[in-house]
Amino acid sequence: MEASLRELLSEGELIEFYRQMVLCREFEESCAEQYSRGEITGFLHLYSGQEAVAVGCTAALHKNDYILSAYRDHAQAIVRGADPKRVMAELFGRATGICKGKGGSMHLFAPELNFMGGYAIVGGQFPIAVGLSWASQLREEDRVTACFFGDGSMNQGTFHESLNWARLWELPMLFVCENNFYGIGTEVHRASAQSALHRRTCGYDIPSEKVDGMDVIAVYQATKRAAEWVRERQRPYFIEAVTYRFRGHSMSDPAKYRSVSEHEVWKSRDPIPNLSRRLLAEGIASEAQLDEIRDRCTAQVEEAVQYAADSPWPEDGEVWEDIYV
Amino acid sequence: MSEMTYRDAINLALKEEMRRDRSVVVYGEDVALYEGAFKVTRGLLSEFGEERVRDCPISENTIVGVAVGAAMGGVRPVAELMTVNFALLAMDQIVNHLAKVRYMFGGQLTVPVVIRMPGGGGSQLGAQHSQSLESYFMHCPGLRVAYPAAPADAKGLLKTAIRDNNPVIFLEHELLYNSKGEVSEDPEFLVPFGKAAVLREGSAATLVGYGRMSILCLQAAQLLEKEGVSCEVIDLRTLCPLDGETMLASVLKTGRAVVVEECWRSAGLGGDIASRIYERCFDTLLAPVKRISGLDVPMPYSRKIEKLCIPQVEGIVQGVRDLLAQSY
Repeated sequence: MEASLRELLSEGELIEFYRQMVLCREFEESCAEQYSRGEITGFLHLYSGQEAVAVGCTAALHKNDYILSAYRDHAQAIVRGADPKRVMAELFGRATGICKGKGGSMHLFAPELNFMGGYAIVGGQFPIAVGLSWASQLREEDRVTACFFGDGSMNQGTFHESLNWARLWELPMLFVCENNFYGIGTEVHRASAQSALHRRTCGYDIPSEKVDGMDVIAVYQATKRAAEWVRERQRPYFIEAVTYRFRGHSMSDPAKYRSVSEHEVWKSRDPIPNLSRRLLAEGIASEAQLDEIRDRCTAQVEEAVQYAADSPWPEDGEVWEDIYV
Repeated sequence: MSEMTYRDAINLALKEEMRRDRSVVVYGEDVALYEGAFKVTRGLLSEFGEERVRDCPISENTIVGVAVGAAMGGVRPVAELMTVNFALLAMDQIVNHLAKVRYMFGGQLTVPVVIRMPGGGGSQLGAQHSQSLESYFMHCPGLRVAYPAAPADAKGLLKTAIRDNNPVIFLEHELLYNSKGEVSEDPEFLVPFGKAAVLREGSAATLVGYGRMSILCLQAAQLLEKEGVSCEVIDLRTLCPLDGETMLASVLKTGRAVVVEECWRSAGLGGDIASRIYERCFDTLLAPVKRISGLDVPMPYSRKIEKLCIPQVEGIVQGVRDLLAQSY
């Protein structure tokens, strides 16, 4: 028997979880459309299906905690507070983009929100997260560094080097593995000798747990406990959020390595209906309210697309800017 | 002024900058308790404590990545890679992250990082511990690259590097650590980046070097003087930014250039420098630009054949003689 949602969170917080997940889904589906129209080009990795992880984790962190992610980073940035208009403009390659059109989909960055970047070399963000956390330790800031990454990156050397380092230097870090079971087309058991990924931290004496990454409430609760533990003990912790991407690795991947039946099972666990069912069942929101939220998100994303399309391209001289101070 | 070694000059620069700015921290493999594989960080742990002088695991890629993150978080890290050879394990963080984060994030951050790396050949350390990789770093936009020859420059350039808000690859030559020279003890003594030093004036040929190669150029010029050949010696001091003006002004004056590089010849920085000279001085050159380079071979151990692979003073002297014998 599931606990009543009201015992865990306020109605406002629960509805906000729903709104954020819907906003991310609408944003990502709109990106797919803009990609097919040729407005967005390059690599595009969509987050659809994984929303509960970004939303649940981010809600459980403090505003001054650092967040880093990999290249599937739109939702992480938007949930953290990045303006969808400026994220969309970045994907359109426009001067008004969050990184002036120089980063693109995989390299969002918003230091004013303590969103410290999307990184596109698998596992590249681990050492940088360690460095940020060390800086907070040296500067005696009350700050947890949350480092998001996929299951595939756990086979990179940086994962092992960084976990060892984080434990050795007693850094307040939260490692969040988004296990969507596939590193592009290679299923986790074909790449990791230990496919229970959370068990791989024992060599570094870092406690870990596995959480249902399709359930935003479960993710929120686990992260809240974990972040408090990290803050109190000033030591790293590891969460494996088990999730699924509803689309291929990127827009060029039809995901033929996954069976239709597997996909259907996970679709039935979609984090958005998963939450809305409970909101309706417990009378926290009505159908009409949820519809209205969805419509508002759709409109917000349409506005973002319009903003991006209307935005100017970068000036040619911009290529030489920002290399050196 | 006081006479000190290249090693002590670097050590003094670190101490002065750590005293001046509490956000400067030093870490690396064996830099604290052991005081550095080359004893460059001697006395740092006892003066500044474990918070600001830290030993870390043998994880080169993470050493560099930690510097990137620490800089983002408001610290000014000076990381040591025990030797430049191990930088190859860290090329992902150096090239894909350190050099690029400012640009790809639209200029929203600065990365005040110094990565110190001893390197170079000539100590019979074999193929994996004798490399000169300066061209690798010089090739990558986003990095500053310094390579001092003289103790005074080692101090002044390192202090500039630590105060610079750009990532700096700071190369030190292992065979220069015991070399001595006059060094300013002024804690505000800085040597600017992008300003080559004219180590010696001359009229018949310009010898261009960096790091230990500048010292060899100077020794060659002294020998050539006895033969009545007057050479100008340019020590580049920083490879990025590169002071083209000083070098080209010299070549325009002498009409001849010898570029000495310790790295491998193929795609080595000497080719880049030679092309800059051709582009600007073609009409006034009295002979083709001469390149004296490391041989395109993995470094052998045996001292008899190791020295064949690294530019030597005699080779530079002969190179100048050959150049003078040629004329358009």
